[in-house]
Amino acid sequence: MHEPHKDYLGDKFGMWLFLFTEILLFGGLFLLYAIYLHRYPAEFHQGGLELSRLFGAANTVVLITSSFTVALAISALQQGRRGLCQGLLAATIVLAGVFMVNKYFEWSAKIAHGIYPGSPELAQSGGTNIYFGLYYLMTGAHGLHVVIGAAVLAFCMLRIGQGRVTAEDFGLLENGGLYWHLVDLVWIFLFPLFYLIS
Amino acid sequence: MPSPGETVPFLDPLPGRSGITSWIFSTDHKRIGMLYLWCILAMFAVGVVIGVLMRLELIAPGRTIMGAQAYNAMFTLHGVVMVFLFVIPGIPAAFGNILLPLQIGAEDVSFPRLNIFSWWLYLTGAALAVTSLFTGGGPPDTGWTFYVPFSERTTTNVSLAVVAVFILGFSSILTGLNFITTIHRLRAPKMSWGKLPLFVWSLYATAWIQLLATPVLGVTVALVFIERLLGIGLFDPAKGGDPLLYQHLFWIYSHPAVYIMIVPAMGVISEVIPAFARKSIFGYKAIAVSSLAIAFAGSLVWAHHMFTSGMSDTAVLVFSFLTFVVAIPSAVKVFNWVATLYKGSIHLEPPLLFALGFIFLFSVGGLTGLVLGSAGTDIHVHDTYFVVAHFHYVIFGGTGFGLFAAMHFWFPKIFGRMYDRKLANASWYLLVGGFNMLYFPMFLIGLMGMPRRYYDYLPMYQTGHMISTAGSWVLVAGLVTMFWGLSKCLYGPRTVGANPWGAATLEWTLPSPPPHLTFLDPPDEVPSPYSYAGVKRDA
Repeated sequence: MHEPHKDYLGDKFGMWLFLFTEILLFGGLFLLYAIYLHRYPAEFHQGGLELSRLFGAANTVVLITSSFTVALAISALQQGRRGLCQGLLAATIVLAGVFMVNKYFEWSAKIAHGIYPGSPELAQSGGTNIYFGLYYLMTGAHGLHVVIGAAVLAFCMLRIGQGRVTAEDFGLLENGGLYWHLVDLVWIFLFPLFYLIS
Repeated sequence: MPSPGETVPFLDPLPGRSGITSWIFSTDHKRIGMLYLWCILAMFAVGVVIGVLMRLELIAPGRTIMGAQAYNAMFTLHGVVMVFLFVIPGIPAAFGNILLPLQIGAEDVSFPRLNIFSWWLYLTGAALAVTSLFTGGGPPDTGWTFYVPFSERTTTNVSLAVVAVFILGFSSILTGLNFITTIHRLRAPKMSWGKLPLFVWSLYATAWIQLLATPVLGVTVALVFIERLLGIGLFDPAKGGDPLLYQHLFWIYSHPAVYIMIVPAMGVISEVIPAFARKSIFGYKAIAVSSLAIAFAGSLVWAHHMFTSGMSDTAVLVFSFLTFVVAIPSAVKVFNWVATLYKGSIHLEPPLLFALGFIFLFSVGGLTGLVLGSAGTDIHVHDTYFVVAHFHYVIFGGTGFGLFAAMHFWFPKIFGRMYDRKLANASWYLLVGGFNMLYFPMFLIGLMGMPRRYYDYLPMYQTGHMISTAGSWVLVAGLVTMFWGLSKCLYGPRTVGANPWGAATLEWTLPSPPPHLTFLDPPDEVPSPYSYAGVKRDA
């Protein structure tokens, strides 16, 4: 019988290409941000003051920690410590949940203050409207990626549980980890651009 | 003893695995390529019917068979169907899938399951695009470019259409990703980069454009959707936004997409011409590198669609200059093809006829592109029928004829049968004649000032429009003849040998049609793809 094809490097190569497309997808949004920052520097400064740096910083710490736990999970699997690996992945998914809950409270607070797309409050100033429009759009797109990333890691957990991803064949988990690091990386840029701009 | 997979032709069912599911869930690149081929041809038929109806409306001034709103929907659909469902996936997804692994001596693409997933995404996108016609507030009427602010305000079903485009973009990205990885990782050990067939080089360049440009389109149409849903106002001047930014983002993808359309067709031509000139391709490296050069330079010219939009003069000058730069690698290819034919032992078979049609029509399209790329003349002809004529010469005369050349070149390989060559030749004359009759008058009425996208016009343009509409009938007659000549030979005994044309790339070493499983072990010898010494015709 012909051996099924297995190409570890090829799988990695494909994943990096995919990550590149994700960067370009966000790239379009970052481009809009750059142009509008150039056009409305004062409004972006004002807008940055409205955001809670505490919430933003907390979420940054949460995400960086989750990247760390993913990296540990991959090492654990490579050493054959399956239970530890799954525990670390579960921790990562919990941290993703913490991030999203944080985000939920942050967004609700803003919406309660009348700051949401199309609100009368934002209609008063074009620049402020654009700043918060981009804020919702980019953090929303990022939040969606957090959810997808958590789902990918949950899928990795399932495959490890089934014995399909093992100490010898860990490509899937590594690629899932790469995706998670990308999610983290995008946030590393979003945080200063929105919260620390003032 | 070889397994059934190594002997049964891929078109026939394997023992115990037959029926529709053995196709629509197949991970075999050849079967997936066939799925794409049938889909794109069906979509081509839809696009042609819409096009013919539009031409019929334009046969006389005033309302002929449809009103303004219906006409707006028609040109939008014609654009969306032709661009996103036919031309972009056309050659790479159909012929690329079938041939890429065969030409590099690989068993399949790197990610076969991703490959069938891409086809399902394509099918979903196509279904949604068609659904958008019959649901919501009526078929979209924005043109295939979905320009803001109109696309955000119109009550027609734009939201569903942009979701369809988003999904189709995803399909295109995944195909590109698959091909790049395949070409890097799965070439036969002796298949060095310098021995890659030029069709593979063109797929490689195309795949990079698909990968790098499509995500930007994805986010752009997603923004149109979100604006329609939430009204953030990123492109709305009343809310602080700038509509020009939409055009930039849109064309950052959609101009490179033009090269997604044309570069694979150039690859087909680079295969066909040496095979029928019985002569090694002239300037192999120049053709391979020019594909990459087109991909690179083509990514830097998008704003030449926006010369009249109110951009700064500096931007206009820079983009005009860069547009001229892209003409260089394109011309390198044309000169190399012609040089290959020079003193060749030419066999004027249908694939070569279509390739010659490509060279002629593409050259007309390319040269008139310079008229548009030069900022001064563009102001005069922008948004006139001159533009319509130009891109139909490039995309239909180029990519369309490239696809027809590919169909006539690889038909015997795929089906193991020869088509009716007399009908193919006859269809070529009808197609080339009808094509020029349909599109050449558009150059003239465009220069006279006939604007595009109008269902009505002044009487001064009537002669041109009438000739053009009559040309559309000749063209359709050519298409019917061509598809009749091909399809009547779909059934019957398979009589064609491995190499009916005497071509030298690896797929011609396999039986026609190839079996389900090919190149389980990579080929031992990989000759130069265009060295015809000792290559025997096996009809």
